[in-house]
Amino acid sequence: MDGLDALVLARIQFAANMTFHILFPTISISLAWVLLFFKLRFVKTGQQHWMDAYQFWVKIFALTFALGVVSGITMSFQFGTNWPGFMEKVGNIAGPLLAYEVLTAFFLEATMLGVMLFGRARVSEKMHTIATLLVAGGTTLSAFWILALNSWMHTPAGFEMIAGKAHVTSWLEVIFNPSFPYRFTHMMLASGLTVAFLVAGVSSYRWLRQERGAEVMAGLKTGIYLAAFLIPLQILAGDFHGLNTMEHQPAKLAAMEGIWQTQKGVPAVLFALPDEKAKENRYEIGIPKLASLYLTHHLDGEVRGLNEFEGKHPPVAPVFWAFRIMVGMGMLMLAVSWSSVLQLAPWKKDPARNLRNWQARALVAMTFAGWVALVAGWYTTEIGRQPWLVSGVLTAADAASQVVAPKIAFTLSLYLALYAALIVAYVSVVFYLARHKTPADSGMEDTPNPVTYPEQQTSQPGAAHA
Amino acid sequence: MLDMAPNLTQAAGWMPIVFLGVMGLAMLAYVILDGYDLGVGMLMRSASEDDKDSMIASIGPFWDANETWLVLGVGILLTVFPMAHGVILGALYLPVAMMLIGLTLRGVAFDFRVKAHAARKPLWNRAFYAGSLMASWSQGYMLGSLITGFATTGWVIAFNAVIGLALLSAYCLLGAGWLIIKSGGALQLQAVRWARASLWLTMAGIAAISLATPWVSRAIFDKWFSFPNIVLLLPIPVATAVLFWVIHRSLQRLPTRLAQGNEYGIWVPFGGTIGVFLLAFYGLAYSLFPWLVIDRINIWQAAISPESMGVILAGAVVVLPMIIGYTVFSYRVFWGKSGALKY
Repeated sequence: MDGLDALVLARIQFAANMTFHILFPTISISLAWVLLFFKLRFVKTGQQHWMDAYQFWVKIFALTFALGVVSGITMSFQFGTNWPGFMEKVGNIAGPLLAYEVLTAFFLEATMLGVMLFGRARVSEKMHTIATLLVAGGTTLSAFWILALNSWMHTPAGFEMIAGKAHVTSWLEVIFNPSFPYRFTHMMLASGLTVAFLVAGVSSYRWLRQERGAEVMAGLKTGIYLAAFLIPLQILAGDFHGLNTMEHQPAKLAAMEGIWQTQKGVPAVLFALPDEKAKENRYEIGIPKLASLYLTHHLDGEVRGLNEFEGKHPPVAPVFWAFRIMVGMGMLMLAVSWSSVLQLAPWKKDPARNLRNWQARALVAMTFAGWVALVAGWYTTEIGRQPWLVSGVLTAADAASQVVAPKIAFTLSLYLALYAALIVAYVSVVFYLARHKTPADSGMEDTPNPVTYPEQQTSQPGAAHA
Repeated sequence: MLDMAPNLTQAAGWMPIVFLGVMGLAMLAYVILDGYDLGVGMLMRSASEDDKDSMIASIGPFWDANETWLVLGVGILLTVFPMAHGVILGALYLPVAMMLIGLTLRGVAFDFRVKAHAARKPLWNRAFYAGSLMASWSQGYMLGSLITGFATTGWVIAFNAVIGLALLSAYCLLGAGWLIIKSGGALQLQAVRWARASLWLTMAGIAAISLATPWVSRAIFDKWFSFPNIVLLLPIPVATAVLFWVIHRSLQRLPTRLAQGNEYGIWVPFGGTIGVFLLAFYGLAYSLFPWLVIDRINIWQAAISPESMGVILAGAVVVLPMIIGYTVFSYRVFWGKSGALKY
């Protein structure tokens, strides 16, 4: 019983760390590209408001990045503390992928971030733009390696098992495993959408506070256009990803769709309470044959049900519900972004006044909509892989450590308290920054000031610390 | 000791040694680089409000990249020596958790303190200080555990806790040395006083470790106190003592010189402390090689397949020089104090 408790606790702890961690890289990946966009617009047009937008968002970027780094370090340690069996069994594959992330991406981002945040007065404009580009490239490269590994855990390929350990037969097949292209695209679009709604939401918040200068409008339009552009792509990518899941992880797909028995002409279930004991959905509301249509492109196409994976399918209710939350958020994103973009369209006169208050409020409410969809999607795919850690190769139970339950429970409660406090702090600081564009004691970043750039007042003794 | 090694002309024989070297260097780089900014974080507690901002500004562009060396060091342990990674981190579960929470607090407080509501700033300052303290002490504790082979008797735990204090003061010494270089005026003089205070603690700590380590670990005792090793190794403690004396002298002279506006020798305390770290590292590496877990798991037992090591090595050979290159670039960009570098 003790072992089981420790396993459950270790899983909760890892899931908590993962959930907390994923929130921040998801923002920094795309926000870095948005910053590069602002910077390039500034370089091209010379209009100050693009630089103002950069200065505003770079603060949020720095904060986000810091949270991503510290929680990422926690992740790298928890592989060992919670899942020693993972690296012992598939270390030959996971090792190089993780190593390449650190080597090619981590240092690059961390070092260039310093130049990007603090170096504008010390390097040329061009070098500062290059530093921004390198940070953006670094974050994306980082995501590439991590998703290669994560996808491989879902759809392992390019290896053989020798004496209980995975050995690589083809690195190309390992990296570009069957689900990687879909997962990577889906995740990158999710990152873009998260940032689009973050930028649109915070800008709308400022807009509602009657702050409607060129800088805020630039952010507002960038966010809304980006959201409206990305959401149809995401729906398409999600569909392809689903088809890929049906092919390679049919048990997960059956759980997502709530299909208990293999059948033809399956309905798209809109609402139900999956009942694992009775092996059926209660209170099911579905649209007949629709799931068969979008999954097999035939009204009577056959879809495999959970009955084919007895004892080896994931817990149904969490996957089923997480999937619906993700899709629901996607639909909401589609509605809100397209209704807003129509108001801001270039043919309208004075778009600043054309955005309706209710639309702005809806955008504010959806500032962190990306996070909801992201976490729901993440749970869909990760819980959907259970009971496997690496599909067909290693179960979570086999990879768990011998650390006793009380130790895990103790640190888990510390982590949870810390994470809750930090998420509250993060969200409130984002909105605080939106209210107070330059905090009185900003002390640090790109705006020339006595602390960071003391060359401007070298006469004052004791102020000279670069 | 090398008779345990497989044939060194084969990849499975020499590659683990290469990676142990890279891991050691990454850890050394981490201890020196993050050491000074953790030290600055701990010293912040006894600084004035204005000085706090200056101290933070002195480490602002660097701390993130500094911390990345830890990720590389642990990353190599995780990716190249997975069999030992699980054992080590499992045994260090609680100190690792404490370090992670400390590093998290420090890292986020750094950003939050300047962005949050002004009334919250003291709170984030305290979090910054507490995080630096927790991370530093737990790293020392882990170092102690490594030396003692993760034993958990009462004496060993006390020993580990003392090493935690020693590393903490060594970081403060590094941090104070860094501030002597990077700051000016009253803060610079304050940094000299901090350095003097932490110098004694550091010296006492290193002396205690040098005496206690062979006593606590039989394996290490045998390596140091057998002939001719004892003669060959003698330069390490002697050179360490000389360096301490040099740092001490320079700290005595600096206040007068600085008062006259003469900055000659401001590099000595920081450079000298790095020298002490290098020597301590060398001594430790000698004590532990080739074990990852003393007397239990060596590097060859813990390594992944030679093919996978080769893949990582190929990347490391290309990328590590680039990393060193842009790290140097970053330090050059932010070189000096006030307006020393303008583009």
